[in-house]
Amino acid sequence: MGKFLAVTIIVIAIASAIPVVMHTWEPPADISTHGHLIDSQRDDTMIEAGVSFLAAQILLAIFIWQFAGSKGDGKRKTFPGGAKGLVGAALVLVGAEVLALGAFGTKAWATVYFTPPKADAMPIQVQAGQFAFYFRYPGPDGKFGPIHPEMINEGTQNLFGLDPEHDVESRDDVVTAEMAIPVNKEIHLLMHAKDVSHSFYVPALRVHQDFVPGLDLSLHFTATQVGKYEIVCSQLCGLGHYNMRAYLEVMSQADFDDWQKKQAAAQ
Amino acid sequence: MSMKHLIMAGLLTLTASAVALAGPAGGTVSGKVTYEGTPAKMKPIDMSKEPSCQKMYTTPPTVETVVTGSGNSLQDVVVYISAGAPDETAPSTAAVFTQKGCRYIPHILAFQVNQEIKIINDDQTSHNIHPLPKLNREWNKSQPPGTPAISEKYDKAEFIPVKCNVHPWMHGNFAVLKNSHYAITGDGGAFSLANLPPGKYTVTAWQESYGDQSQEVTISGSETKTVNFVFKAKPY
Repeated sequence: MGKFLAVTIIVIAIASAIPVVMHTWEPPADISTHGHLIDSQRDDTMIEAGVSFLAAQILLAIFIWQFAGSKGDGKRKTFPGGAKGLVGAALVLVGAEVLALGAFGTKAWATVYFTPPKADAMPIQVQAGQFAFYFRYPGPDGKFGPIHPEMINEGTQNLFGLDPEHDVESRDDVVTAEMAIPVNKEIHLLMHAKDVSHSFYVPALRVHQDFVPGLDLSLHFTATQVGKYEIVCSQLCGLGHYNMRAYLEVMSQADFDDWQKKQAAAQ
Repeated sequence: MSMKHLIMAGLLTLTASAVALAGPAGGTVSGKVTYEGTPAKMKPIDMSKEPSCQKMYTTPPTVETVVTGSGNSLQDVVVYISAGAPDETAPSTAAVFTQKGCRYIPHILAFQVNQEIKIINDDQTSHNIHPLPKLNREWNKSQPPGTPAISEKYDKAEFIPVKCNVHPWMHGNFAVLKNSHYAITGDGGAFSLANLPPGKYTVTAWQESYGDQSQEVTISGSETKTVNFVFKAKPY
Protein backbone atom coordinates (compact mmCIF):
# COMPACT_ATOMS: atom_id res chain seq x y z
CA MET A 1 0.00 0.00 0.00
CA GLY A 2 2.80 2.43 0.91
CA LYS A 3 4.70 1.60 -2.26
CA PHE A 4 1.54 2.20 -4.30
CA LEU A 5 1.23 5.67 -2.70
CA ALA A 6 4.88 6.44 -3.56
CA VAL A 7 4.29 5.49 -7.22
CA THR A 8 1.05 7.53 -7.32
CA ILE A 9 2.87 10.61 -6.01
CA ILE A 10 5.55 10.29 -8.71
CA VAL A 11 2.92 9.80 -11.44
CA ILE A 12 0.92 12.86 -10.32
CA ALA A 13 4.07 14.99 -10.01
CA ILE A 14 5.30 14.08 -13.50
CA ALA A 15 1.84 14.37 -15.09
CA SER A 16 1.40 17.87 -13.70
CA ALA A 17 4.86 18.90 -14.92
CA ILE A 18 4.30 17.72 -18.52
CA PRO A 19 2.00 20.57 -19.72
CA VAL A 20 4.35 23.11 -18.19
CA VAL A 21 7.46 21.62 -19.78
CA MET A 22 5.68 21.09 -23.12
CA HIS A 23 4.26 24.69 -23.10
CA THR A 24 0.75 23.32 -23.62
CA TRP A 25 -1.09 26.41 -22.37
CA GLU A 26 0.92 29.32 -23.65
CA PRO A 27 -0.20 32.91 -23.13
CA PRO A 28 -0.98 34.81 -26.35
CA ALA A 29 2.02 36.19 -28.25
CA ASP A 30 3.46 39.25 -26.54
CA ILE A 31 2.79 42.58 -28.31
CA SER A 32 4.45 44.97 -25.87
CA THR A 33 7.93 46.38 -25.37
CA HIS A 34 8.11 45.28 -21.75
CA GLY A 35 6.41 41.87 -22.12
CA HIS A 36 9.59 39.86 -22.69
CA LEU A 37 10.78 40.83 -19.21
CA ILE A 38 7.57 39.52 -17.70
CA ASP A 39 7.71 36.36 -19.80
CA SER A 40 11.28 35.58 -18.78
CA GLN A 41 10.39 36.27 -15.15
CA ARG A 42 7.50 33.84 -15.45
CA ASP A 43 9.78 31.24 -17.04
CA ASP A 44 12.33 31.66 -14.23
CA THR A 45 9.57 31.28 -11.65
CA MET A 46 8.16 28.20 -13.32
CA ILE A 47 11.60 26.53 -13.61
CA GLU A 48 12.59 27.36 -10.07
CA ALA A 49 9.23 26.42 -8.54
CA GLY A 50 8.90 23.39 -10.83
CA VAL A 51 12.31 21.96 -9.91
CA SER A 52 11.63 22.49 -6.18
CA PHE A 53 8.19 20.91 -6.56
CA LEU A 54 9.54 17.84 -8.38
CA ALA A 55 12.46 17.47 -5.97
CA ALA A 56 10.14 17.62 -2.97
CA GLN A 57 7.69 15.10 -4.45
CA ILE A 58 10.44 12.67 -5.46
CA LEU A 59 12.05 12.92 -2.04
CA LEU A 60 8.67 12.31 -0.41
CA ALA A 61 8.10 9.27 -2.63
CA ILE A 62 11.55 7.86 -1.85
CA PHE A 63 10.96 8.11 1.89
CA ILE A 64 7.54 6.51 1.59
CA TRP A 65 8.94 3.68 -0.59
CA GLN A 66 11.80 3.13 1.84
CA PHE A 67 9.89 3.11 5.09
CA ALA A 68 6.44 1.93 4.04
CA GLY A 69 5.20 -1.10 5.91
CA SER A 70 8.16 -1.25 8.30
CA LYS A 71 7.07 -1.90 11.85
CA GLY A 72 10.19 -0.18 13.15
CA ASP A 73 11.95 -0.87 16.42
CA GLY A 74 9.93 1.63 18.40
CA LYS A 75 12.60 4.32 18.24
CA ARG A 76 11.71 7.55 16.52
CA LYS A 77 14.30 8.72 13.99
CA THR A 78 15.20 12.40 14.26
CA PHE A 79 16.77 14.85 11.84
CA PRO A 80 20.36 15.75 12.77
CA GLY A 81 20.14 18.94 14.83
CA GLY A 82 16.48 18.37 15.70
CA ALA A 83 13.31 20.07 14.47
CA LYS A 84 14.68 23.55 15.15
CA GLY A 85 17.53 23.06 12.72
CA LEU A 86 15.17 21.64 10.09
CA VAL A 87 12.72 24.55 10.34
CA GLY A 88 15.62 27.03 10.32
CA ALA A 89 17.08 25.43 7.20
CA ALA A 90 13.68 25.47 5.46
CA LEU A 91 13.16 29.14 6.33
CA VAL A 92 16.56 30.10 4.93
CA LEU A 93 16.03 28.04 1.77
CA VAL A 94 12.50 29.31 1.04
CA GLY A 95 13.47 32.86 2.00
CA ALA A 96 16.46 32.79 -0.32
CA GLU A 97 14.25 31.47 -3.12
CA VAL A 98 11.64 34.22 -2.72
CA LEU A 99 14.28 36.93 -2.35
CA ALA A 100 16.14 35.71 -5.44
CA LEU A 101 12.94 35.75 -7.52
CA GLY A 102 12.18 39.22 -6.22
CA ALA A 103 15.68 40.48 -7.03
CA PHE A 104 15.61 39.04 -10.54
CA GLY A 105 12.11 40.42 -11.07
CA THR A 106 12.97 43.97 -10.05
CA LYS A 107 13.84 44.95 -13.59
CA ALA A 108 10.46 43.90 -15.01
CA TRP A 109 8.62 45.55 -12.13
CA ALA A 110 10.65 48.76 -12.33
CA THR A 111 10.15 49.02 -16.08
CA VAL A 112 6.41 49.09 -15.57
CA TYR A 113 5.99 50.84 -12.22
CA PHE A 114 9.11 52.82 -11.24
CA THR A 115 9.90 54.40 -14.59
CA PRO A 116 7.73 57.40 -15.43
CA PRO A 117 6.19 57.53 -18.90
CA LYS A 118 8.03 59.58 -21.52
CA ALA A 119 6.98 63.20 -21.87
CA ASP A 120 5.40 62.55 -25.26
CA ALA A 121 3.41 59.50 -24.09
CA MET A 122 -0.22 59.67 -25.19
CA PRO A 123 -2.64 60.05 -22.26
CA ILE A 124 -5.84 58.00 -22.32
CA GLN A 125 -8.25 57.75 -19.45
CA VAL A 126 -10.03 54.50 -18.69
CA GLN A 127 -13.05 54.26 -16.42
CA ALA A 128 -14.20 50.91 -15.15
CA GLY A 129 -17.80 50.56 -14.01
CA GLN A 130 -20.33 47.79 -13.71
CA PHE A 131 -20.03 46.27 -16.33
CA ALA A 132 -18.10 48.05 -19.03
CA PHE A 133 -14.90 49.95 -19.69
CA TYR A 134 -15.07 53.42 -21.21
CA PHE A 135 -12.17 55.42 -22.57
CA ARG A 136 -11.57 59.13 -22.87
CA TYR A 137 -9.18 60.94 -25.17
CA PRO A 138 -8.33 64.58 -24.40
CA GLY A 139 -8.94 65.83 -27.95
CA PRO A 140 -6.97 68.54 -29.80
CA ASP A 141 -6.44 70.71 -26.69
CA GLY A 142 -4.61 67.86 -24.95
CA LYS A 143 -6.57 68.44 -21.74
CA PHE A 144 -9.17 66.31 -19.99
CA GLY A 145 -12.14 68.31 -18.74
CA PRO A 146 -12.99 67.81 -15.06
CA ILE A 147 -15.22 64.93 -13.99
CA HIS A 148 -18.45 65.64 -12.14
CA PRO A 149 -19.56 62.28 -10.72
CA GLU A 150 -23.06 63.59 -10.01
CA MET A 151 -23.51 64.27 -13.74
CA ILE A 152 -22.76 60.71 -14.84
CA ASN A 153 -25.79 59.57 -16.83
CA GLU A 154 -25.66 56.40 -18.82
CA GLY A 155 -29.03 57.16 -20.42
CA THR A 156 -27.55 60.13 -22.25
CA GLN A 157 -24.16 58.44 -22.56
CA ASN A 158 -22.53 61.06 -20.34
CA LEU A 159 -20.37 58.24 -19.05
CA PHE A 160 -17.63 60.31 -17.41
CA GLY A 161 -19.88 63.01 -15.94
CA LEU A 162 -18.62 65.79 -18.21
CA ASP A 163 -20.11 69.26 -18.23
CA PRO A 164 -19.31 70.71 -21.67
CA GLU A 165 -21.71 73.58 -21.00
CA HIS A 166 -19.36 75.00 -18.36
CA ASP A 167 -16.02 73.25 -18.91
CA VAL A 168 -14.31 74.32 -22.13
CA GLU A 169 -11.74 71.49 -21.86
CA SER A 170 -14.53 68.89 -21.96
CA ARG A 171 -15.96 70.04 -25.26
CA ASP A 172 -13.41 68.28 -27.45
CA ASP A 173 -12.98 65.21 -25.25
CA VAL A 174 -13.70 61.96 -27.07
CA VAL A 175 -15.37 59.14 -25.13
CA THR A 176 -15.38 55.65 -26.62
CA ALA A 177 -16.21 52.09 -25.67
CA GLU A 178 -13.24 50.58 -27.47
CA MET A 179 -9.65 51.53 -26.97
CA ALA A 180 -7.72 52.42 -30.09
CA ILE A 181 -4.03 53.23 -29.89
CA PRO A 182 -1.30 53.87 -32.44
CA VAL A 183 1.35 51.17 -32.77
CA ASN A 184 4.83 51.84 -31.33
CA LYS A 185 3.61 54.83 -29.35
CA GLU A 186 3.84 54.93 -25.60
CA ILE A 187 0.45 55.12 -23.92
CA HIS A 188 -0.03 56.67 -20.50
CA LEU A 189 -3.17 55.06 -19.13
CA LEU A 190 -4.96 56.96 -16.34
CA MET A 191 -7.26 54.61 -14.49
CA HIS A 192 -10.19 55.12 -12.16
CA ALA A 193 -13.17 53.05 -11.08
CA LYS A 194 -16.70 54.38 -10.97
CA ASP A 195 -18.06 51.93 -8.43
CA VAL A 196 -16.25 48.83 -7.17
CA SER A 197 -12.90 47.11 -7.78
CA HIS A 198 -12.22 46.01 -11.34
CA SER A 199 -9.12 44.97 -13.22
CA PHE A 200 -7.63 46.00 -16.54
CA TYR A 201 -6.18 42.83 -18.03
CA VAL A 202 -4.81 42.63 -21.55
CA PRO A 203 -3.06 39.24 -21.79
CA ALA A 204 -1.38 40.08 -25.11
CA LEU A 205 0.06 43.31 -23.66
CA ARG A 206 1.22 41.64 -20.43
CA VAL A 207 -0.67 44.37 -18.61
CA HIS A 208 -2.69 43.47 -15.56
CA GLN A 209 -3.64 46.19 -13.11
CA ASP A 210 -6.48 46.45 -10.62
CA PHE A 211 -8.73 49.47 -10.34
CA VAL A 212 -9.20 50.57 -6.75
CA PRO A 213 -12.24 52.76 -6.06
CA GLY A 214 -11.10 56.19 -4.92
CA LEU A 215 -7.57 55.88 -6.30
CA ASP A 216 -6.27 57.33 -9.54
CA LEU A 217 -3.76 54.80 -10.82
CA SER A 218 -1.65 54.94 -13.92
CA LEU A 219 0.23 52.61 -16.23
CA HIS A 220 2.33 53.03 -19.31
CA PHE A 221 3.03 50.64 -22.15
CA THR A 222 3.87 50.50 -25.83
CA ALA A 223 2.21 48.07 -28.25
CA THR A 224 4.31 46.79 -31.12
CA GLN A 225 1.82 44.77 -33.20
CA VAL A 226 -1.19 46.03 -35.12
CA GLY A 227 -4.30 43.98 -34.31
CA LYS A 228 -7.39 43.57 -32.17
CA TYR A 229 -6.98 42.30 -28.62
CA GLU A 230 -9.31 41.65 -25.73
CA ILE A 231 -9.42 43.73 -22.54
CA VAL A 232 -11.10 41.82 -19.73
CA CYS A 233 -12.01 42.52 -16.15
CA SER A 234 -10.33 39.92 -13.96
CA GLN A 235 -11.63 41.12 -10.61
CA LEU A 236 -15.02 39.68 -9.65
CA CYS A 237 -17.11 42.85 -9.69
CA GLY A 238 -20.72 41.66 -9.62
CA LEU A 239 -23.43 39.95 -11.58
CA GLY A 240 -22.31 41.07 -15.03
CA HIS A 241 -18.59 40.48 -14.43
CA TYR A 242 -18.46 37.66 -17.01
CA ASN A 243 -19.59 40.16 -19.63
CA MET A 244 -17.24 43.01 -18.73
CA ARG A 245 -14.82 43.41 -21.58
CA ALA A 246 -13.70 45.79 -24.26
CA TYR A 247 -11.42 45.63 -27.27
CA LEU A 248 -8.02 47.12 -27.82
CA GLU A 249 -7.35 48.09 -31.42
CA VAL A 250 -3.70 48.71 -32.19
CA MET A 251 -3.53 50.70 -35.44
CA SER A 252 -0.99 52.38 -37.66
CA GLN A 253 -0.64 56.10 -36.90
CA ALA A 254 -2.59 57.00 -40.08
CA ASP A 255 -5.46 54.63 -39.24
CA PHE A 256 -5.49 55.95 -35.70
CA ASP A 257 -5.75 59.56 -36.88
CA ASP A 258 -8.72 58.58 -39.08
CA TRP A 259 -10.36 56.70 -36.25
CA GLN A 260 -9.95 59.65 -33.91
CA LYS A 261 -11.48 62.02 -36.46
CA LYS A 262 -14.44 59.71 -36.92
CA GLN A 263 -14.96 59.38 -33.17
CA ALA A 264 -14.68 63.13 -32.63
CA ALA A 265 -17.31 63.75 -35.32
CA ALA A 266 -19.69 61.31 -33.63
CA GLN A 267 -19.49 62.98 -30.19
CA MET B 1 -91.67 39.91 -42.85
CA SER B 2 -93.28 42.91 -44.45
CA MET B 3 -91.47 45.64 -46.30
CA LYS B 4 -92.20 48.05 -43.48
CA HIS B 5 -90.53 45.78 -40.97
CA LEU B 6 -87.51 45.38 -43.19
CA ILE B 7 -87.09 49.13 -43.53
CA MET B 8 -87.50 49.56 -39.80
CA ALA B 9 -84.86 46.92 -39.13
CA GLY B 10 -82.51 48.55 -41.64
CA LEU B 11 -82.90 51.97 -40.08
CA LEU B 12 -82.32 50.54 -36.65
CA THR B 13 -79.09 48.87 -37.77
CA LEU B 14 -77.89 52.08 -39.36
CA THR B 15 -78.58 54.09 -36.23
CA ALA B 16 -76.88 51.50 -34.06
CA SER B 17 -73.74 51.54 -36.22
CA ALA B 18 -73.66 55.33 -36.26
CA VAL B 19 -73.76 55.40 -32.47
CA ALA B 20 -71.06 52.72 -32.28
CA LEU B 21 -68.83 54.68 -34.69
CA ALA B 22 -69.19 57.86 -32.69
CA GLY B 23 -68.20 55.98 -29.56
CA PRO B 24 -69.13 57.20 -26.12
CA ALA B 25 -69.91 60.86 -26.35
CA GLY B 26 -67.04 63.08 -25.20
CA GLY B 27 -64.58 65.72 -26.15
CA THR B 28 -61.05 65.48 -27.43
CA VAL B 29 -57.85 67.29 -26.58
CA SER B 30 -55.35 67.23 -29.38
CA GLY B 31 -52.25 69.14 -30.27
CA LYS B 32 -48.59 69.03 -31.02
CA VAL B 33 -45.41 69.01 -28.97
CA THR B 34 -42.50 71.00 -30.33
CA TYR B 35 -39.21 72.45 -29.11
CA GLU B 36 -37.45 75.74 -29.53
CA GLY B 37 -33.71 76.18 -29.38
CA THR B 38 -31.04 73.62 -30.20
CA PRO B 39 -31.36 70.14 -28.73
CA ALA B 40 -28.22 68.27 -27.64
CA LYS B 41 -26.69 65.96 -30.20
CA MET B 42 -27.75 62.39 -29.56
CA LYS B 43 -24.57 60.38 -29.18
CA PRO B 44 -24.14 57.09 -31.00
CA ILE B 45 -24.02 53.97 -28.83
CA ASP B 46 -20.96 51.76 -29.14
CA MET B 47 -22.01 48.16 -28.47
CA SER B 48 -18.66 46.60 -29.33
CA LYS B 49 -18.58 44.71 -26.04
CA GLU B 50 -21.75 42.84 -27.09
CA PRO B 51 -21.09 41.62 -30.66
CA SER B 52 -24.45 39.79 -30.92
CA CYS B 53 -26.20 43.15 -30.60
CA GLN B 54 -23.67 45.26 -32.47
CA LYS B 55 -24.07 43.20 -35.65
CA MET B 56 -27.79 44.05 -35.80
CA TYR B 57 -27.02 47.61 -36.84
CA THR B 58 -25.32 48.93 -39.95
CA THR B 59 -24.89 52.35 -38.34
CA PRO B 60 -24.77 52.53 -34.56
CA PRO B 61 -28.08 53.55 -32.97
CA THR B 62 -28.12 56.78 -30.98
CA VAL B 63 -29.24 57.73 -27.53
CA GLU B 64 -33.00 58.40 -27.33
CA THR B 65 -33.32 60.90 -24.50
CA VAL B 66 -34.45 63.64 -26.91
CA VAL B 67 -36.02 62.42 -30.16
CA THR B 68 -36.88 65.13 -32.66
CA GLY B 69 -38.85 65.01 -35.90
CA SER B 70 -39.78 67.23 -38.80
CA GLY B 71 -40.92 70.78 -38.02
CA ASN B 72 -39.17 70.94 -34.62
CA SER B 73 -41.52 68.26 -33.33
CA LEU B 74 -40.69 66.26 -30.23
CA GLN B 75 -41.29 62.52 -30.15
CA ASP B 76 -41.59 60.26 -27.14
CA VAL B 77 -43.40 62.85 -25.05
CA VAL B 78 -46.04 61.39 -22.76
CA VAL B 79 -49.17 63.56 -22.79
CA TYR B 80 -51.74 62.63 -20.18
CA ILE B 81 -54.57 63.93 -18.03
CA SER B 82 -52.94 64.56 -14.68
CA ALA B 83 -56.00 66.00 -12.94
CA GLY B 84 -59.73 66.13 -13.52
CA ALA B 85 -60.26 62.56 -14.69
CA PRO B 86 -61.16 59.80 -12.23
CA ASP B 87 -58.72 56.96 -11.58
CA GLU B 88 -59.53 53.93 -13.69
CA THR B 89 -59.10 50.22 -13.15
CA ALA B 90 -56.39 48.69 -15.30
CA PRO B 91 -57.25 47.05 -18.62
CA SER B 92 -56.72 43.30 -18.80
CA THR B 93 -54.28 43.47 -21.73
CA ALA B 94 -50.59 43.53 -20.89
CA ALA B 95 -48.22 46.26 -22.01
CA VAL B 96 -45.20 44.71 -23.73
CA PHE B 97 -41.60 45.90 -23.29
CA THR B 98 -39.08 44.17 -25.54
CA GLN B 99 -35.31 44.01 -25.32
CA LYS B 100 -34.00 43.73 -28.85
CA GLY B 101 -30.59 44.66 -30.20
CA CYS B 102 -29.61 45.68 -26.65
CA ARG B 103 -32.23 48.45 -26.66
CA TYR B 104 -35.66 48.87 -25.15
CA ILE B 105 -38.60 48.83 -27.53
CA PRO B 106 -40.53 51.01 -27.07
CA HIS B 107 -38.19 53.52 -25.50
CA ILE B 108 -41.11 54.75 -23.38
CA LEU B 109 -43.77 52.31 -22.29
CA ALA B 110 -46.94 53.89 -20.91
CA PHE B 111 -49.45 51.82 -18.96
CA GLN B 112 -51.88 52.12 -16.09
CA VAL B 113 -51.55 51.51 -12.39
CA ASN B 114 -51.88 47.77 -11.71
CA GLN B 115 -51.82 46.92 -15.42
CA GLU B 116 -49.70 43.90 -16.25
CA ILE B 117 -46.43 44.55 -18.08
CA LYS B 118 -44.62 41.79 -19.94
CA ILE B 119 -40.88 42.10 -20.45
CA ILE B 120 -39.40 40.04 -23.26
CA ASN B 121 -35.77 39.27 -24.07
CA ASP B 122 -35.42 38.89 -27.84
CA ASP B 123 -31.60 38.93 -27.74
CA GLN B 124 -28.92 36.27 -27.73
CA THR B 125 -27.49 37.67 -24.52
CA SER B 126 -28.60 37.96 -20.90
CA HIS B 127 -30.21 41.17 -19.76
CA ASN B 128 -30.86 42.49 -16.29
CA ILE B 129 -33.90 44.71 -16.11
CA HIS B 130 -33.55 47.28 -13.38
CA PRO B 131 -36.29 49.92 -13.17
CA LEU B 132 -35.49 52.68 -10.68
CA PRO B 133 -38.79 53.80 -9.11
CA LYS B 134 -38.99 56.27 -6.25
CA LEU B 135 -42.54 55.50 -5.04
CA ASN B 136 -43.04 51.89 -6.10
CA ARG B 137 -41.16 48.82 -4.94
CA GLU B 138 -37.76 48.47 -6.62
CA TRP B 139 -36.64 45.19 -8.17
CA ASN B 140 -34.06 43.99 -10.63
CA LYS B 141 -34.27 40.72 -12.51
CA SER B 142 -31.96 38.77 -14.77
CA GLN B 143 -33.35 37.41 -17.99
CA PRO B 144 -31.15 35.00 -19.95
CA PRO B 145 -31.90 34.47 -23.65
CA GLY B 146 -34.82 32.14 -24.35
CA THR B 147 -36.39 32.46 -20.91
CA PRO B 148 -40.08 33.31 -20.49
CA ALA B 149 -41.39 36.86 -20.30
CA ILE B 150 -41.19 38.59 -16.93
CA SER B 151 -44.56 39.77 -15.65
CA GLU B 152 -44.79 42.74 -13.29
CA LYS B 153 -47.11 45.54 -12.22
CA TYR B 154 -46.84 48.86 -10.39
CA ASP B 155 -49.39 50.11 -7.90
CA LYS B 156 -48.45 53.81 -7.85
CA ALA B 157 -48.35 56.33 -10.67
CA GLU B 158 -44.86 57.61 -11.51
CA PHE B 159 -42.27 57.90 -14.26
CA ILE B 160 -39.61 55.24 -13.83
CA PRO B 161 -36.26 55.16 -15.62
CA VAL B 162 -35.25 51.64 -16.62
CA LYS B 163 -31.70 50.41 -17.05
CA CYS B 164 -29.93 47.15 -17.77
CA ASN B 165 -27.27 46.21 -15.26
CA VAL B 166 -25.30 44.27 -17.87
CA HIS B 167 -25.38 46.80 -20.73
CA PRO B 168 -24.90 50.30 -19.33
CA TRP B 169 -26.10 52.04 -22.50
CA MET B 170 -29.58 50.47 -22.31
CA HIS B 171 -32.04 53.04 -21.09
CA GLY B 172 -35.85 53.27 -21.24
CA ASN B 173 -38.78 54.59 -19.23
CA PHE B 174 -41.99 53.33 -17.73
CA ALA B 175 -44.85 55.83 -17.50
CA VAL B 176 -47.29 54.49 -14.89
CA LEU B 177 -50.52 56.49 -15.24
CA LYS B 178 -53.79 56.67 -13.31
CA ASN B 179 -56.20 56.65 -16.24
CA SER B 180 -56.46 55.60 -19.86
CA HIS B 181 -56.31 59.16 -21.26
CA TYR B 182 -52.71 59.27 -22.41
CA ALA B 183 -50.72 59.35 -25.62
CA ILE B 184 -47.08 59.22 -26.64
CA THR B 185 -46.11 61.57 -29.43
CA GLY B 186 -44.83 60.03 -32.62
CA ASP B 187 -42.94 61.33 -35.63
CA GLY B 188 -44.85 64.62 -36.05
CA GLY B 189 -45.13 65.34 -32.33
CA ALA B 190 -48.94 65.07 -32.51
CA PHE B 191 -51.19 63.63 -29.84
CA SER B 192 -54.87 63.18 -29.25
CA LEU B 193 -56.70 62.35 -26.05
CA ALA B 194 -60.23 61.26 -26.90
CA ASN B 195 -63.42 60.33 -25.04
CA LEU B 196 -63.13 62.99 -22.37
CA PRO B 197 -66.47 63.63 -20.63
CA PRO B 198 -67.30 67.33 -20.18
CA GLY B 199 -65.24 68.85 -17.40
CA LYS B 200 -62.11 70.72 -16.42
CA TYR B 201 -58.82 68.91 -16.94
CA THR B 202 -55.11 69.41 -16.45
CA VAL B 203 -53.18 68.16 -19.47
CA THR B 204 -49.53 67.40 -18.76
CA ALA B 205 -46.72 66.70 -21.22
CA TRP B 206 -43.67 64.89 -19.89
CA GLN B 207 -40.34 64.69 -21.68
CA GLU B 208 -37.65 62.64 -20.01
CA SER B 209 -34.87 65.26 -20.36
CA TYR B 210 -36.88 68.47 -20.25
CA GLY B 211 -39.34 67.64 -17.47
CA ASP B 212 -43.05 68.41 -17.61
CA GLN B 213 -45.48 71.19 -18.52
CA SER B 214 -49.20 71.46 -17.76
CA GLN B 215 -52.14 73.34 -19.19
CA GLU B 216 -55.75 73.64 -18.06
CA VAL B 217 -58.50 72.82 -20.50
CA THR B 218 -62.29 72.77 -20.19
CA ILE B 219 -64.27 70.39 -22.35
CA SER B 220 -67.97 70.79 -23.02
CA GLY B 221 -69.95 68.40 -25.15
CA SER B 222 -68.02 66.60 -27.83
CA GLU B 223 -65.80 69.48 -28.88
CA THR B 224 -62.12 69.14 -29.78
CA LYS B 225 -59.76 71.52 -28.03
CA THR B 226 -56.24 72.18 -29.24
CA VAL B 227 -53.43 72.30 -26.71
CA ASN B 228 -49.83 72.71 -27.84
CA PHE B 229 -46.68 72.32 -25.80
CA VAL B 230 -43.32 73.93 -26.51
CA PHE B 231 -40.23 72.73 -24.65
CA LYS B 232 -36.99 74.69 -24.42
CA ALA B 233 -34.23 72.55 -25.87
CA LYS B 234 -30.77 72.72 -24.35
CA PRO B 235 -27.65 72.12 -26.43
CA TYR B 236 -25.93 70.29 -23.56
